[in-house]
Amino acid sequence: MTAGGRGLFPRTPAAGYAGVGAQPVEFAQENLDRIYREHWGRIVATLIRVAGSFEVAEEAAQEAFTAALEQWPREGMPPNPQGWLMLTARHKAIDALRRKTRWEDVRDPDVVLAALEQMPAFEDEENVLEDDRLRLIFTCCHPALATEAQVALTLRTLCGLTTEQIARGFLTPAPTMAQRLVRAQQKIRDAGIPYRTPPRAELAERLAAVLLVVYLVFNEGYNAAGEGRALSDEAIRLGRLLGELLPGEPEVRGLLALMLLHDARRDARRSSDGEPVLLEEQDRRSWDRAKIREGLALAGSALRAAPGAYSVQAAIAAVHAQAASAGQTDWAQIVALYDVLLRLQPSPVIELNRAAAVAMASGCEAGLRLIEEIERRGDLRGYYLLPAARADLLRRLERWGPAAEAYREALKLATQEADRRFLAKRLAEVEGEL
Amino acid sequence: MQYLLLIYGAESDWNKLSEAEAGKMTKAFGEFSQGIVASGHYKGGNRLHDVAKATTVRVRNGKTLTTDGPFAETKEQLGGYYLIEARDLDEATAIAARIPSAHFGSIEVRPVFEMPRP
Repeated sequence: MTAGGRGLFPRTPAAGYAGVGAQPVEFAQENLDRIYREHWGRIVATLIRVAGSFEVAEEAAQEAFTAALEQWPREGMPPNPQGWLMLTARHKAIDALRRKTRWEDVRDPDVVLAALEQMPAFEDEENVLEDDRLRLIFTCCHPALATEAQVALTLRTLCGLTTEQIARGFLTPAPTMAQRLVRAQQKIRDAGIPYRTPPRAELAERLAAVLLVVYLVFNEGYNAAGEGRALSDEAIRLGRLLGELLPGEPEVRGLLALMLLHDARRDARRSSDGEPVLLEEQDRRSWDRAKIREGLALAGSALRAAPGAYSVQAAIAAVHAQAASAGQTDWAQIVALYDVLLRLQPSPVIELNRAAAVAMASGCEAGLRLIEEIERRGDLRGYYLLPAARADLLRRLERWGPAAEAYREALKLATQEADRRFLAKRLAEVEGEL
Repeated sequence: MQYLLLIYGAESDWNKLSEAEAGKMTKAFGEFSQGIVASGHYKGGNRLHDVAKATTVRVRNGKTLTTDGPFAETKEQLGGYYLIEARDLDEATAIAARIPSAHFGSIEVRPVFEMPRP
């Protein structure tokens, strides 16, 4: 089944609920979307534990939601939708195992069948289900899987996105994405990747992989226009889920804060024709205040607990979010936070960002010297933002000739169409001053 | 599940070891082997002669072709292996990480294909 619209719940073609049953049209679909988002991952996670197969679990969950889509508008919602879905999915799985003989990731259908038949009718103890979702997250993000497979598996299995939706989000052909998912599931089965939450001693290291997957999903959506944005919403949802499941981990809160504070600027950072708008030129009235409030609270609590890399990045975003304008930003504070970040996570890209902040705090000349130092080391050779940052400082210093030269250098390296348009526009402005 | 732990490393690194260092390494391997025998993970294992002593065999159109050397020239060569029984991949990789040469070479962890019972 493929999804028609942008909602997560796969709709039947042109259906809606017009004229069907007594339930209001909007009401039922909205409820279903919400229930799908909340319960897909729980149902799949529990069925994987019992059946030991991603394939059986996903097919059964899909069929259970399809049955809900048929029955609920006609007969009304059951009093316990989650219990109904779990029970229905379990029956669908049993039916499928009796009927179907060819499975990609089932070694012994009889064993799986027995496990499903012995499963208690209602496994709705909250902590058992939460444990299942944590198991699922850590299995999807197991380091024995390639990062791109971790990302695809998490979105498909835990979030319930269709293969087509994930493929569109990552600009990958759907058959390639489908293949990636099948291979990942086969590796989990054949290599014996365990379905469990890692022990305490390994948790920090394994959690880093999970957070990276969430952050990659967020960035993919953040940098995309249009439909790709659904991915950043999904990443924020994942961040919230992790926060509920692992309340004692400050970096989980830090990452959620970072995503919320960036997402608050989402509408302001591209012009209507998709060109990037620099932070200092953004219309701060269009920043999302509710997200900023939530992000600030989370960033504060994360930093107080332990300053990890995501928490410090969230703190930097928080300083920007609190400034009424670029000029009124506490740049010295931002430079200090970049110093902390560099100690936690040395990287030339962070050095470059720090150099830009130094330029704002102590003048363009100081920033320029730092950028030239990075260039001398050759660490970021081929990275278009390096000459672009130098060009911007030279432009501010009204050194038009060298600025034009740097913009031309950046243009040679930039690949995204919107970025190229932006650089070309700046180049033309600077050349006009020559 | 059974896993084959393939021990890779640059033979030139091994050849550079002093006699004392080589002795230490052999001792460390011996201790590791005894450890996994005692814990019940060990199913088999051997050290291999270096690739200079390898011979590759192919049969094409009914003719057997025998050539000197390994199938592919690579930076790191297969120098030995262990066959182990482990609960899951996490246990297998934890055991692989204890192999003394993992500190400079690498260990490839391969699940053994389970043949369907007749």
